[in-house]
Amino acid sequence: MTDLRTRYLGLPLRSPLVASASPLTGALDSLRALEASGAAAVVLPSLFEEQVTHDTLELHDMLETGAASHPEATSYFAELQDYNTGPTRYLRLVEDAKEKLEIPVIASLNGTTPGGWTRYARLLAEAGADALELNIYRIAADVDADPREVEDDYVNLVARVREAVDVPLAVKVGPFFTAFANMARRLVDAGADGLVLFNRFYQPDIDPETRTVEPRLVLSTPEELRLVLRWIAILQGRVEVSKAATTGIHAVEDVVKALLVGADVTMLASALLRHGPARLAALEDGLATWIAEHEYDSVEQLKGSTGQQLVADPSAFERANYMRTLTTYSSPFLV
Amino acid sequence: MGRATIDGNEAAANIAYALSEVMTIYPITPASTMGELADAWSAAGRPNAWGSVPRVIEMQSEGGAAGALHGALQKGTLATTFTASQGLLLMLPNMYKIAGELTPAVIHVAARTIATHALSIFGDHSDVMAARSTGWAMLASANPQEAQDLAAVSHAATLSSRVPFLHFFDGFRTSHEMAKISLLQGGELLALLEDDDILAHRERGLHSGAPALRGTAQNPDVFFQAREAANPYYAAVPYAVREAMQRLAEQTGRRYDLVDYHGHPEAERVVVLMGSGAGAVAETVDELVRGGERVGMVTVRLYRPFPSEALRAALPATVQSIAVLDRTKEPGAPGEPLYLDVVAALAEAGGRMPTVVGGRYGLSSKEFTPSMAKSVLDALRVDPPPRSFTVGIIDDVTHLSLPPDTSFRVRRADGELQAVFYGLGSDGTVGANKNSVAIVGDQTDLYAQGYFVYDSKKAGAVTVSHLRFSPEPLRSSYLIEEADLVACHQFGFLARRDVLKLAKPGATFLVNSPHAAEDVWEHLPVEAQEAIVDKGLDVHVIDAYRIAREAGLGMRINTVMQVAFFALTDLLPTDEAVGAVKGAIERSYGKRGAEIVERNNDAVDRALAGLARVEVPDRVTATTYREPPVPAEAPDFVRRVTARMLADEGDLLPVSALPVDGTFPLGTARWEKRAIAQEIPIWDPEICIDCGKCAIVCPHAAIRMNVFEPSALDSAPDSFQSKPFKSRELSDHLLTIQVAPDDCTGCGVCVEVCPATSKEHVGHKSINMRPAEEHREVERINFDHFQRLPVLDRDALPHNTVKGSQVLLPLFEFSGACAGCGETPYLKLLTQLFGSRIVVANATGCSSIYGGNLPTTPWSTNAEGQGPAWANSLFEDNAEFGLGLRLALDHQGTEARRLLTELAGEVGDDLVRALLDADQSEDAGVASQRRRVAELTARLERSTDTRAARLASVARGLVRESVWIVGGDGWAYDIGYGGLDHVLASGEDVNVLVLDTEVYSNTGGQASKATPRAAIAKFATAGKSMPKKDLGLLAMQYGTVYVGQIAVGANDTQTVRTLLEAAAWPGPSLVLAYSTCIAHGIDMSQSMAHMRDAVKSGHWPLYRYQPDGGSDGKPFHLDSRKPSMPLADFVSREGRFAMLQRSDPERAEQLLQAAQSDVDQRWRYYEQLADVSRDAPASGEDTTQGMTTP
Repeated sequence: MTDLRTRYLGLPLRSPLVASASPLTGALDSLRALEASGAAAVVLPSLFEEQVTHDTLELHDMLETGAASHPEATSYFAELQDYNTGPTRYLRLVEDAKEKLEIPVIASLNGTTPGGWTRYARLLAEAGADALELNIYRIAADVDADPREVEDDYVNLVARVREAVDVPLAVKVGPFFTAFANMARRLVDAGADGLVLFNRFYQPDIDPETRTVEPRLVLSTPEELRLVLRWIAILQGRVEVSKAATTGIHAVEDVVKALLVGADVTMLASALLRHGPARLAALEDGLATWIAEHEYDSVEQLKGSTGQQLVADPSAFERANYMRTLTTYSSPFLV
Repeated sequence: MGRATIDGNEAAANIAYALSEVMTIYPITPASTMGELADAWSAAGRPNAWGSVPRVIEMQSEGGAAGALHGALQKGTLATTFTASQGLLLMLPNMYKIAGELTPAVIHVAARTIATHALSIFGDHSDVMAARSTGWAMLASANPQEAQDLAAVSHAATLSSRVPFLHFFDGFRTSHEMAKISLLQGGELLALLEDDDILAHRERGLHSGAPALRGTAQNPDVFFQAREAANPYYAAVPYAVREAMQRLAEQTGRRYDLVDYHGHPEAERVVVLMGSGAGAVAETVDELVRGGERVGMVTVRLYRPFPSEALRAALPATVQSIAVLDRTKEPGAPGEPLYLDVVAALAEAGGRMPTVVGGRYGLSSKEFTPSMAKSVLDALRVDPPPRSFTVGIIDDVTHLSLPPDTSFRVRRADGELQAVFYGLGSDGTVGANKNSVAIVGDQTDLYAQGYFVYDSKKAGAVTVSHLRFSPEPLRSSYLIEEADLVACHQFGFLARRDVLKLAKPGATFLVNSPHAAEDVWEHLPVEAQEAIVDKGLDVHVIDAYRIAREAGLGMRINTVMQVAFFALTDLLPTDEAVGAVKGAIERSYGKRGAEIVERNNDAVDRALAGLARVEVPDRVTATTYREPPVPAEAPDFVRRVTARMLADEGDLLPVSALPVDGTFPLGTARWEKRAIAQEIPIWDPEICIDCGKCAIVCPHAAIRMNVFEPSALDSAPDSFQSKPFKSRELSDHLLTIQVAPDDCTGCGVCVEVCPATSKEHVGHKSINMRPAEEHREVERINFDHFQRLPVLDRDALPHNTVKGSQVLLPLFEFSGACAGCGETPYLKLLTQLFGSRIVVANATGCSSIYGGNLPTTPWSTNAEGQGPAWANSLFEDNAEFGLGLRLALDHQGTEARRLLTELAGEVGDDLVRALLDADQSEDAGVASQRRRVAELTARLERSTDTRAARLASVARGLVRESVWIVGGDGWAYDIGYGGLDHVLASGEDVNVLVLDTEVYSNTGGQASKATPRAAIAKFATAGKSMPKKDLGLLAMQYGTVYVGQIAVGANDTQTVRTLLEAAAWPGPSLVLAYSTCIAHGIDMSQSMAHMRDAVKSGHWPLYRYQPDGGSDGKPFHLDSRKPSMPLADFVSREGRFAMLQRSDPERAEQLLQAAQSDVDQRWRYYEQLADVSRDAPASGEDTTQGMTTP
């Protein structure tokens, strides 16, 4: 029997197949389905501080508009017992998930203010989350923003949250750093127990008909995995930290590749949204088969075996090896 | 003993709730709050005094509430209701029944003026006086403390006496005054009641186990005797009331009697009154007694049964003259009711009678001050004293008014602070002040009082807060006359109004100023500088907008100004005040989310540092003066009367200045230049596509469109913009889209709907919001020129397009409706299409307030002086009122035609034939007919025939005028539905326009039967569980009514077309217009997008039902496509639904599913309906005449 167990953020997991934040992890029923299909852990959708703030301000604005302005109407809405604008619903999801699931529940947080990050991190930990994933999503669009200061902000943020909570901490970031390896080490030094690579920024799109910007969700493709593979491989053996591969994990081969370069877990969202929670069971079977067929004993054995230290040609990973890619690229249009 | 700082409504509602089991409610100002609180408490599961949760139900009218109350009582439950004014009148029939059956019940009334020559939402006793013959006992409270205490006495005494009680207190002055009161606790409350009385009431209830018959019809033989049989119960009422008052005193130490005397024990001159005016009189009496005068007062608490004996006993034997003050007017009576009661009480005792005179005061919340009270007591020195006098006004017509002693002031307690605050409704000033009153009331030993005055506008409304804090109980039942502190929360006010009028010498003046302490002086107008120098004011500035912005609070400066206020007074040590303000922030906003609390706390912390004292120069240096309220070129009436009201001097207008019958000129709103917008829309003609959408959606008629010949530009200012007009008919003309910069509210709806965007800069439209400060001056010049442009011939373009309708002159402009109002675009469009030939019957509600509330009104006239003739009768009767107008118009026409035929020889056959055969289906025909009527009138003047004058008087009936019956959903779906149904069934040629906001908007968002399922509204705090009534479908069942459902933001062309068809239909027509409202919880600049979504989701399908089958023999035409958006998407964007999704997601989901199923089923039904063919009547005329045929 193939041993699929792995550890992530210090949590023992039955397999390296984790359901990452998606609408599927936002409701109890689908969380249960994910667990039943073999999810080793679940990451809940992010609690967005910005959303909480926005909801609160919107409610406040609504309740105040026209209030105390006219003698006939001191207000236009009934005063309710509870407006539930804050993180209450999210915290309830954490609590419910913890109560109903056996597998670890990882809460995800996307903050905007220093106070918000720590306040909500504490609340999530108190609600029972087994670990926190800090979902840092920042577009450094300011031309005056100093890169070092931008990086310091990341590091400081992790340090502050680390100080605020005791639960294991994963940090999910995007790939857009000049020197990501250094950045990774700084994040770990600041207290991150795990790195989730990479955050997939939803790029806005333009509708040419209306000439307006439209947010458009496009599910990931396996091709997107290669950036992740490269960086996990690079970090393998250089930065001691739990590593989660996310973005582009669709098939058994993708899971295997991620483990080979050193991922502790692989996180799935698009594949589950496309094929449903049952996909997890199929992947688990496939993984077990692959491991057996390739005469490995366990996931632990597989993990990192093709990492940057072990591959025959480290430069293939380390340099931006597009030269080779270009020279070996074939196309029907090339004669 | 618990204390709380609450208003009179809450004080009374607390008791009513605690001592009731069933509450039937209906919103009406100023009593709505009581019902709202009861409903909210019930929804939250708050128990009454016996531990059960009262059932609270909203009815369709006060008549309905009274009927349901009657039923509940007959089953032996403890039941109550709340009302005022017209609402009380609608309850009268049931009140006679309830009293006749000796049924314990209480109605709490926030006494309000009954509409006569005008509606007034404010307070007087005209409503309760109309109920004095119902057989209900009446108990009057004079302040919030009494509103609580006597509410309890009423509930106790009705149970012990079996006579129902009307408990009343003055609308606004007491109902809305915040005051620190001692709360009655549960045990104290129950100690007032006898369980046996409750059990006896239950026992008398109707039970099938031991049935009884009640409500028989009686004959002359026994009715009279039976009526007299109840006498002993009435005789016992005063004892029951005294007993309850006695128990209250034992429990609380607060003593009341049926009548209370206050003043010199050997008074010679005495005032008798009831209600809140007692506070002002008491202060006056004390002041005069201190000065050695022998004066006193009697406060009447039990008014029915009238306590004659108690009154006589209360008066000192030394009394020589009595003035009885009534807060009501009974024209034609020998005196007002309380006066006559007092005269009767004294006369029936026999013996020496003091001189008794009666007078009127305080109608419609007219101020009643100590100086007025003194003038009454002074008048009693005169021999004989003036009779039937008035006080508080200047009557230069019948000379009944007493001159007030304006120099008279009562002594204020040592340590009392009086503060006045000028703010905007939108800046949160009132909310902050309510908090301040509560903070001081709850956290210090001081007594606190807050009273708030609002203007009648819904957008840019000005508020004035009057706050008093005193170590002694506050009795001052009037506005502050001399303030120790004046705060001006809007710097712009200084240029327009006299905010320092009330500042007393040496007072503190706090102003929210964008200018620093060193610079502010030079920005003050002459009048303000004069007041500051002359009165030696201590001036402080704070840039509250900057601080609020920095704290992320936008335009909400309330907490900043609140901190500044506390810092400038010594009500609390500053650090304690800061803590208290933060506590209040937590209490007020905590439920809304931590972010709001944090931002406000941040503003609090920043505020102290931002406060700076101004070094006041010793002389006036300004050269600019305050702006006049209206321009010099305004018409005489506007300058003479309207301008005084605008300048806060309406109280000083004498009787002679006002119309005797409530008739006012049109078009006054255009003279009130409010300039409230921060941003105004600026037109870019380069990319304009001439669609007219910006103009049709503008709620304030502040975006104007005109088409003219190029020569009209000859005198145009350089800044005036125009472009070639795209049109087949007028290809050589130019087009201008112009903003009225002082009338725009900055709502931004026009910009949101503009479909023309720049190729180079997406986001730049043909119309864009720009800072008003930068553009106002130029646009004033442009608008001035725009108004001088020649008026395009009404027939130059077809009216059935948006563009064609928008070049027509609107005769509804610059109303005081909310910025972005969803109702007003329809009214404006109505006047563009038919304004010069319509008569409007307007139901009470938002549209009657922004349409007819003084000082200025939006309905206006064209250059010929023609325009909509407008009238508001009541809330409930609007359809019938409009029908009456129609009948009169028809009869005048018939009579004119009859006389015309008779006088044909005199008038001339040609003219007569032309008049009788005129085609008036279009504007041009109506205009021609008007000319003929003018000619007829001229010829008739020369006639010696006695019938000529009669024909002249009805000749206008020959012009086809249409009647438009306009109102909101509260009227059409609820209170006025019976009448509306009857009028639609009458077949008469009336047009009904329902501005459907799906909620009672004017009274603050209570649910109506138009409220959709799953929406939260007041009286439906858990989300409305029943679906919206399909009013259109009900009307269609007649088969003779034209019905249209429109939403201007979803399909403006269909809107125009429907109104034209409705007007053309010779029978009744009903147009349901989807109207966005601030009570929907939406960003009003996106009004039109919400209308689109309402249609797209199937929540509001667009259709027209043409009884004659239209062109294809199928009467019902669906004008919107099959719903293409899940209802969930529509509701998630509106706060009224989204609130429930947050507060109770499970229930929200259930209701949403039901609502989606409503939509699906309705659509399926409508689709089937659209397939139904129908034999069209031969003509519209036939349809309307033969109502018995299908």
